[in-house]
Amino acid sequence: MHETDMTKALILTVKDWYKAQGDRAKIKKIHLVVGNFTCVEPASLQFAFAVQTRNTFLEGVELAIRETPLIAFCHTCQAEYYPEIGWQYSCPDCHAPMEDIRSGRELKIDRIEYQESPALETVT
Amino acid sequence: MHQTLEAALEINLLHANQDGADRNRAILDEWGIRCLNLMSSPGAGKTVLLEKTLAQLNGEINIAIIEGDMTTELDADRLRQYGVPVIAINTGRSCHLDSKMVAGGLHRLAHEYDPTVFDLAIVENVGNLVCPAEFEVGEHLKVALLSITEGEDKPLKYPLMFQEADCLLLTKMDLAPYLDIDINRIEANVRQMNPDVTILPVSAKTGQGLDAWVMWLRSGVRNRVSI
Repeated sequence: MHETDMTKALILTVKDWYKAQGDRAKIKKIHLVVGNFTCVEPASLQFAFAVQTRNTFLEGVELAIRETPLIAFCHTCQAEYYPEIGWQYSCPDCHAPMEDIRSGRELKIDRIEYQESPALETVT
Repeated sequence: MHQTLEAALEINLLHANQDGADRNRAILDEWGIRCLNLMSSPGAGKTVLLEKTLAQLNGEINIAIIEGDMTTELDADRLRQYGVPVIAINTGRSCHLDSKMVAGGLHRLAHEYDPTVFDLAIVENVGNLVCPAEFEVGEHLKVALLSITEGEDKPLKYPLMFQEADCLLLTKMDLAPYLDIDINRIEANVRQMNPDVTILPVSAKTGQGLDAWVMWLRSGVRNRVSI
């Protein structure tokens, strides 16, 4: 259910950006980065986005979600490894605990693809 | 055809919540209150733990409770019997407290009481092992509960909750003789991702471990260094 809240946050952030452009941008695509070591399920996010943007300036905008794997760094072995979520988090070689997460916690709006609205271009 | 442009935003989706949490923490610091965020799955025993804690402390620490509950005030009413202020927040359909809801709770606390008299605010989050882990509310310390009936694998399945906890209470220890549960295994699973967490086995029913828990609380209140 928290995907609904995440989507609200996403829409508000994009709306701020949209207003800052003077409502002129025709948004085509929003790129998100969602780490595998977060509580967010990309499919639920897609669904919530489609529902919550109906009849708004974001209706029909594509949401592109890039997932990033969980990568940890073991300071004993001086090497990165891929913890197995739900199974094994400590270093597979020396069993040191997972302490330094290098990837997988991302939850961000990366960038927006847009076109400038032709009608307003001629006015300004 | 119009050219497609790109704008780089690189904004965290939880940015607004995090800002709110930082503001709440600053307000709490100003009032001299340490804040705990108490989290667990539904039925792990958060409310009964609080009841026993309040009974045992018997006013030694000035505590205010912020109680998150989806629809009822049942938990809040139980805790009010101990003579402490309980601010109930109904989260509606939301499965966690967020920093905005807790800001509202703090506002009510300051409106109804002199907030500077409190040493400790305990936020009892909505029972859920997933969402509360992502939404900081302004706490200084996170406390997770895991009842031993839930199984050894839960820290592996819900790692975020256990990875961020400063203290983990293993509850319902009185049931241990009736279960095929390996307490050491739970601890080992948690320490894979959180080696420094304080783990305390407790039973609200028999009182086992409550002294150690209350001692941890006292040191948490005294140690006002921000985490």
